[in-house]
Amino acid sequence: MAMLEVKNLSISFGGLKAVDNFSVTIDKGQLYGLIGPNGAGKTTVFNLLTGVYKPDSGSIVLDGLNITGKKTIEINQDGIARTFQNIRLFKELSVLDNVKVGLHNHHSYSTIEGILRLPRYFKVEKEMNEKAMELLKVFDLDQEFDYKASNLPYGKQRKLEIARALATEPKLLLLDEPAAGMNPNETAELMETIRFVRDNFDMTILLIEHDMKLVSGICERLTVLNFGQVLTQGETTKVLNDKRVITAYLGE
Amino acid sequence: MKKNKVLVQDLITYAVVFLLWGLVGILEATGQMTSLLRGLLVPLCIYAILAVSLNLTVGILGELSLGHAGFMCVGAFVGAFFTKCMENTIPSVGVRFFLALLLGALVAGIFGILIGIPVLRLKGDYLAIVTLAFGEIIKNLINVMYVGRDSSGFHFSIKDTTSLGMDETGVVLIKGAQGITGTPRAATFTIGMLLLLLTLFIVLNLMHSRTGRAIMAIRDNRIAAESIGIHVTKYKLMAFSISAALAGVAGVMYAHSLSTLAATSNNFGYNKSITILVFVVLGGLGNIRGSMIAAVILTALPELLRGLNDYRMLIYAIVLIAMMLFNSSPKAIELRSVVMEKIKGKKSAAKEAA
Repeated sequence: MAMLEVKNLSISFGGLKAVDNFSVTIDKGQLYGLIGPNGAGKTTVFNLLTGVYKPDSGSIVLDGLNITGKKTIEINQDGIARTFQNIRLFKELSVLDNVKVGLHNHHSYSTIEGILRLPRYFKVEKEMNEKAMELLKVFDLDQEFDYKASNLPYGKQRKLEIARALATEPKLLLLDEPAAGMNPNETAELMETIRFVRDNFDMTILLIEHDMKLVSGICERLTVLNFGQVLTQGETTKVLNDKRVITAYLGE
Repeated sequence: MKKNKVLVQDLITYAVVFLLWGLVGILEATGQMTSLLRGLLVPLCIYAILAVSLNLTVGILGELSLGHAGFMCVGAFVGAFFTKCMENTIPSVGVRFFLALLLGALVAGIFGILIGIPVLRLKGDYLAIVTLAFGEIIKNLINVMYVGRDSSGFHFSIKDTTSLGMDETGVVLIKGAQGITGTPRAATFTIGMLLLLLTLFIVLNLMHSRTGRAIMAIRDNRIAAESIGIHVTKYKLMAFSISAALAGVAGVMYAHSLSTLAATSNNFGYNKSITILVFVVLGGLGNIRGSMIAAVILTALPELLRGLNDYRMLIYAIVLIAMMLFNSSPKAIELRSVVMEKIKGKKSAAKEAA
């Protein structure tokens, strides 16, 4: 069953067709890769999927629900969460609080209850703490729960971003270059984490990545973008051996 | 574990207030209280409330607002107007003052929402400029406002008292640039302290709640907050209007500490907004206790130094710089943490010995 069905998605900025006729179908539980040279429009696709940009044409259907043109907040509530290419954590908040912000919409009490510290506040806060610590444990961040997010080492910041996205209980997780700036050891660890998330959270994952070792290691299917258009898509090994893909990356 | 840390910090903040309260009590009891000091007590509370509430906008929400005195002005005039109007209906000054506080906070909060809707779309300098303009507009509007009441009801004019067209039973309530006269001076130090505690209670509890986390998340990264489903506009408005409402409370206090309330630039001009902002910045953005202490020191200092005449502002400037260094310089922060460690080390050593 298709978790995400994108059909003929296009957007242009001025005269530039940043994404042109982009279509993709991702099955439930799949680990899907979106690759392509710099400037191919990969992050723009993410921004379209999450409602940061409104598409000029085309449709996005998530788990049977049409989410085309919805706002970022609504799309998140419908079940898409993402991480960012340049890490966007809540820097001044603690590691624990970062995840608790992610839990915001699933564990709620009113502002008045919060200010007056009514019993519900304590009950829900306790739930949130437990849930957040559980998530942090998965990512091996539970020791650092009261660190300021900006004080975490780089690799852990990436992990925290994924934990925060997962806290919103998405159906589809978008990872924008999760291995960027990581050393080979950290990348290997990250691959394990991504697999673990897919298996244990029943997650469908779409990721953008330049690290071919990671892509060939964990992605089941790939779509290659070049100049905003789909160059080819299919099974990972086939796509990576496609002559056109190699040309797009390395030139003639 | 973490909860306790937060709780301890909050308790220290409340303790500082009680310490100040106790200090004043001791001065009073030992007869050390001069009239100069006594005159300072209510303003101290007012400025501390203003600083704490502005910190909610500037430090917690992360938006630079230069119109805080405007909200204070709204609160002050609404409160004073209410007290004047209800003079005969509600004879008890205390009850009237209490209701005035509620009404002042409410109206200032509504103004916060009204101003916030268009203004919070802006960022940084633009937001600062528009809020600055708002403060000035409010002040100037009140300066040309004439409101009177006679047997047939309220009369309103923006020209002068005669154009109000009242019959012989008429009483002018707001007299343009002369403002409102004859408000009872009901604001006492005790009430001020209670209101300051209430303000702290609201702001601190808000900060450590789900709402506060959302507000700080928006401050740290709006795009990321949106991507995980935080309603940015809603929480921005909430922080802004709560901050405005608390400024309104300070305004009502202010109105009830003067016998004549006029919207002069001395009272509610942009200089006032800047002064409050100085408290917040010096005390530390997002540091509620710090902004409160800064407000108390910087309000009291110029008055206490009156005897030194010419050197007064010089010392004020030096204290400003010293506070800035103490709070923000990396070296000073390092030194502070070393000192804290030592104190803690001694304590635990003492415990072990015992």
